[in-house]
Amino acid sequence: MNMIVCVKQVIDPEAPPASFKIDPATNKVVPPPGVSPVIDPYAEYAVEAALRIKDAKGGKVTAISLGTKQLRDIVKKPLAMGADELILLEDEAFDGGDSWSIAYALAMSIKKIGEYDIIFCGREASDWNAGQVGSGVAEILGLPSITLAKKIDITNGKARVERKTDEGYDVVEVSLPALITVSNEIGEPRYPTIKGIMAAKKKEPIIWKPANIGVEVSQIGAAGRRTKLLKLFQPVREGKCEVMEGENPEEAAVNLALKLREAKIL
Amino acid sequence: MAEYKGVMVFCEATEGKLASTSTELLGGGRKLADDLGQELSAVLVGSGISSLAQETIFFGADKAYVVDDPLLQDYQTDSYVLVMEKVVNQVTPQILIMGQTSIGRDLAPRLAFRLNTAASLGCLELAIDPASKLLLQTKPVYGGNAQAAFVCQTYPQIATVRAKAMMPLERDKSRQGEVITIKAGLDPSAIRTKVVEKVVEKVEGIRLQDAQVIVGGGRGIGSAEGFKQLEELARMLKGAVGATRPPCDNGWAPGGAQIGLTGKIVTPELYIAVALSGSSQHMSGCSGSKTIVAINKDPEANIFREARFGVVGDWKKVLPAFTNKLKELLTG
Repeated sequence: MNMIVCVKQVIDPEAPPASFKIDPATNKVVPPPGVSPVIDPYAEYAVEAALRIKDAKGGKVTAISLGTKQLRDIVKKPLAMGADELILLEDEAFDGGDSWSIAYALAMSIKKIGEYDIIFCGREASDWNAGQVGSGVAEILGLPSITLAKKIDITNGKARVERKTDEGYDVVEVSLPALITVSNEIGEPRYPTIKGIMAAKKKEPIIWKPANIGVEVSQIGAAGRRTKLLKLFQPVREGKCEVMEGENPEEAAVNLALKLREAKIL
Repeated sequence: MAEYKGVMVFCEATEGKLASTSTELLGGGRKLADDLGQELSAVLVGSGISSLAQETIFFGADKAYVVDDPLLQDYQTDSYVLVMEKVVNQVTPQILIMGQTSIGRDLAPRLAFRLNTAASLGCLELAIDPASKLLLQTKPVYGGNAQAAFVCQTYPQIATVRAKAMMPLERDKSRQGEVITIKAGLDPSAIRTKVVEKVVEKVEGIRLQDAQVIVGGGRGIGSAEGFKQLEELARMLKGAVGATRPPCDNGWAPGGAQIGLTGKIVTPELYIAVALSGSSQHMSGCSGSKTIVAINKDPEANIFREARFGVVGDWKKVLPAFTNKLKELLTG
């Protein structure tokens, strides 16, 4: 079973909201000082999904990450978790892309890898929350896709996927090769073991530039965008909370009940 | 090149009725179409859904396109993309909007790539830019920490819209419109997936989306036992229990209870936030609540910037006292 997982490095979404800043001149997020970037948490679920299949059936897991300024210790996490190879699409030309240019670059690099049974992506990424790259890669490669997977089983060359719906889930079967996007319901990603971390340290990622995957610079990154970002802004919050007084938490709680009654909220 | 004109709403049915998200989209779509001085059309795709065409007209559509075929009984990416590709190429709308549902979020991006155009998913607001007449698509990004406004210069401009972001029109039975049937013309071998089972997860009590009062718990609740205490309060207030992501991932609360960017969107009269910090990811699912009340031991927690009333303290001490006093007030 050959599996490919698309991951990326992002600003830590768990950083305190107060540290989140935008530079209005460039329409870009200012990375919070002192907070290390992370592998996109949604992509970690995708890595976990691939590794569970590798545990059960054997196979090879290749992670691909696209970006600039990718910190080796960060982007090597899929290797530390148990992936076999890491490919970095690393060039300034990849920068500033939207779902189109990112999906295109990923699809072309997957074509170059050539052999695959399943391609995994996170359901969306925690930075732009676009939720389109997986479907886009599948469309460009002409593959069937199943999105929002919460459980995946492989039998007889087919994937049996529980796909999250608004009311519950659908059980969907698909022949391989196919693309699957993974949702957080799949379960907590594993922690890298010490052995895994040591092995990842020794493993050098493969670096691909646009020319390596046969793409023109005009088709990727900011140049390949189909959408235009007009404005990035932080919604204004009012922040007028009335904090209840009290000698102790219990008394404040009683005052809260009285307050809600008085304000006719309850 | 055909001329792209008009606004199209992709409508969905739930339990034989027009989904509430679809009536919201028809309301919002009507406004966009009026701003452009163009037509609003609805499209219904499925099996046995023809009777809903008239409903879409009562809720604001000028035309209803219906693709009714047994092969469209279950949503499947391949069949729905093929059908919508055909509909769009025939009708050539300038704008196509869908709900941010499990169908819309799968269909919109794949269709956009098929049609060589782009989509924005999970929009909060759609408007027509007065100068360019393009669709301004505003959506939460960075887990709700920020919002971004996008435009796309290729047609159709495709967007999915979050629940409760738009207002439905009053159902008006005197509204007139045209119903047009389009044949699916599907080749079954083009559908590469098979739905073997559909599982509906039952919700006990009041549905989160319908609840007037919600008691939401976060990581600080710490256990499934803790959530039982929230249930007690919710039951007394005839409300429902919600949760942030960590309690759902840890199994303290069912996955269906998750509120936020990757969970449900709720708009109750009262949201009681217990031991949750108020992350942007969570707030983007509940910031439409009329009144937010916060109970948290950390006075610096973000939730106090969102709440109208609050108590700083350990929820294990605050909640029982609060519940008991309310019981006394409500029964007394």
